[in-house]
Amino acid sequence: MDSAVKPHYVRPLDLKRGRIDMSHGAGGRASAQLVRELFAPAFDNPFLGEGNDGARLPAAAGRLVIATDAHVVSPLFFPGGDIGCLSVHGTVNDVAVMGATPLYLSASFILEEGLALADLKRIVDSMAGAAREAGVAIVTGDTKVVERGKGDGVFISTTGVGVLPDGRDIGGANARAGDAILVSGTIGDHGVAILSMRESLAFETEIRSDTAALNGLIAGALAAAPGLRVLRDPTRGGLATTLNEIASQSGVGMLIDESAIPVRPQVAAACEFLGLDPLYVANEGKVVAICAAADASAVLAAMHAHPLGRDACRIGNVTVDAHRFVQMQTRFGGRRVVDWLAGEQLPRIC
Amino acid sequence: MKYVDEFRDGARARTIAARIHAELDSARRYSFMEFCGGHTHAISHYGISDLLPPQVHMIHGPGCPVCVLPIGRIDLAIGLALERRVILCTYGDTMRVPASEGLSLIKAKARGADIRMVYSAADALATAKANPDREVVFLAIGFETTTPPTALVVRQAQADGLRNFSVLCCHVLTPSAITHILESPEVRRFGTVPIDGFIGPAHVSIVIGSAPYEHFAEEYRKPVVIAGFEPLDVMQAILMLVRQVNDGRAEVENEFVRAVTRDGNAVAQAQVAEVFELRPSFEWRGLGEVPYSALRIRDRYREFDAEARFGLAYRPVPDNKACECGAILRGVKKPTDCKLFGTVCTPETPMGSCMVSSEGACAAHYTYRRFRDIDVKVA
Amino acid sequence: MCLAIPARVTEILEDGRAIVDLGGVRRPISLALVEDCRIGDYVIVHVGYALGKLDAEEAERTLALFSGLDADAAGPAADAMRAA
Repeated sequence: MDSAVKPHYVRPLDLKRGRIDMSHGAGGRASAQLVRELFAPAFDNPFLGEGNDGARLPAAAGRLVIATDAHVVSPLFFPGGDIGCLSVHGTVNDVAVMGATPLYLSASFILEEGLALADLKRIVDSMAGAAREAGVAIVTGDTKVVERGKGDGVFISTTGVGVLPDGRDIGGANARAGDAILVSGTIGDHGVAILSMRESLAFETEIRSDTAALNGLIAGALAAAPGLRVLRDPTRGGLATTLNEIASQSGVGMLIDESAIPVRPQVAAACEFLGLDPLYVANEGKVVAICAAADASAVLAAMHAHPLGRDACRIGNVTVDAHRFVQMQTRFGGRRVVDWLAGEQLPRIC
Repeated sequence: MKYVDEFRDGARARTIAARIHAELDSARRYSFMEFCGGHTHAISHYGISDLLPPQVHMIHGPGCPVCVLPIGRIDLAIGLALERRVILCTYGDTMRVPASEGLSLIKAKARGADIRMVYSAADALATAKANPDREVVFLAIGFETTTPPTALVVRQAQADGLRNFSVLCCHVLTPSAITHILESPEVRRFGTVPIDGFIGPAHVSIVIGSAPYEHFAEEYRKPVVIAGFEPLDVMQAILMLVRQVNDGRAEVENEFVRAVTRDGNAVAQAQVAEVFELRPSFEWRGLGEVPYSALRIRDRYREFDAEARFGLAYRPVPDNKACECGAILRGVKKPTDCKLFGTVCTPETPMGSCMVSSEGACAAHYTYRRFRDIDVKVA
Repeated sequence: MCLAIPARVTEILEDGRAIVDLGGVRRPISLALVEDCRIGDYVIVHVGYALGKLDAEEAERTLALFSGLDADAAGPAADAMRAA
């Protein structure tokens, strides 16, 4: 029965001091309020506004591309970004490296009981900003709540849908001997930024995560070289893992030049302190591109013209190699294999 | 990075390489053992062998404290974590070393053991302070470089009156290991593994000084050149060894003059002597029992000795029969001589410790050099 | 073994520790094993502890030796290495 004093009054969420509790995941009024007062205003688009379980999307001219990514990064907030924008960038990039234009995202949240609403708002606002910048809409989503101790604050899973124009074929199996291998900028920034937050490591650095949506940069590269063969973003496992994946898929080898690989001095130094190799450290705002040698300068020029590609450069070539080795000419003058990562890269004392 | 980048300079490398080429006697073979795993790693990581003449042959020695840690010691650590429910603190290097029953520290962690990776012995101490109701054990591995920090935390624990902290001491000693290799039948009598000289460890020597190596030069007539950690240091040390061999000298020389003195770091040595004493014998993976080659915690710090505190009994566990880690650690066989290499035993699925540590001869060869075993065309 | 790197002391802290800088990255480390450390000194750092000081003059001499400015097996840098 409505109160005579204030009909239809619902106490708003306490976004300053409130916390997620089990009722927010029960599917009842509290869940609906969370969507209504937090998610919907931030993501603000007509699809979401319809308030249905799913989003009805217009037909697309071209093939559909879909990609998904789960984000479990800890800490939630780090220099240069947070789990929110990371979850948008990651999936936008996965769609973009297929050569597709990213359009729509879904977002599923697993919230830990006790998560501060202020933190959740910060994350959601960050996602909204990242989506707007990337030109995508977050059109549907879901929230669940798990008991305290069963989640790291929040896990976010995003799925992205995009459109791939007819005639475009970008894929890891396309690299051919003689092709140029390009990278859009410095490597190792994200991983080092995350590690710098670990208390026990206690190192101070100005390195920020490079997390960014790459669809604009990639569109420019594709316009400059429609025949571009391979695009991939070197996330977990770093540049070395991505190159090995492509070599393996394409049945080729690679020869890269260590002195050509851009690494910020502070990233190199942080890796030195910990006994890590920057080649294996995660990136969240870089892309590897492989194209015919003749297209290399055009692609580089297009990347240089974009704010995210100022440090783009050519790092090597694709070779004939039945064993699919990625080899590197060291700065020192020798040659070595850059292998797959074996297990997790653990900081060493030896 | 100052004093790092300059010592990795390719142009200077070519200068030194040219000198090695010019000065060596092309009619003979030079075999040098780099004792220290860090040097093994540098040689593979920078492709130093590509710059050396074919007459110079590098043998990888056992100076990798992870590689020589026997299965039985890891079992003790796993037992403490899984059965006695301690918080087991360890350096990252040991996490994947295979132990008994298909376990390793990282696998025991997946089974519920509270195993925490630390970057410093001080972190282990901090963990003990932060968890006063739990027992905390620090798995202390390493040669003489890593021992002084362990000594410091034991003393700190005593000074702070900590009641829940102890150390599982697996610290080993460099000179004893070198002696053991030189005393091994292959080297001493049969000459099957001719070792013409040693590249001495860089950072161990900062602590112990260059004096302890004089014994090898005199007794065994083998030159020793202590080399810094960077690739140029290693190359310069090889040049100095070539010169000694050519001249018929067997002396201790110090390429790492910017950090190593004859007497070493007296403060560090004193801390170690205060806390530790020699074990009469210690099992090294692949080398068997080696006399006076390892340390244990002195009686006055007994309460911080995990072996005393938990009444641990060491049980040696033999390696997989086909595993050639032992022979490889002694420099008698190459990784490719091992039947398991590259097939059953890879960095992802290591059978023996030479493959687990990135400095182990097998891991280094697999990760950086196995392309040399195969004829590879670069288009 | 032993991953150790040379880093420059930029600040001495009160509890026997110092802040060191390597290539712009700063970390606190313990000076308990090294005496007489001053700002500007280079120390060799291993697992969070300074193990010893790096002698900058010797470092420069060693580099000169590599570059061929001290080309023969003679000269001050080479002599220092032999005196061991």
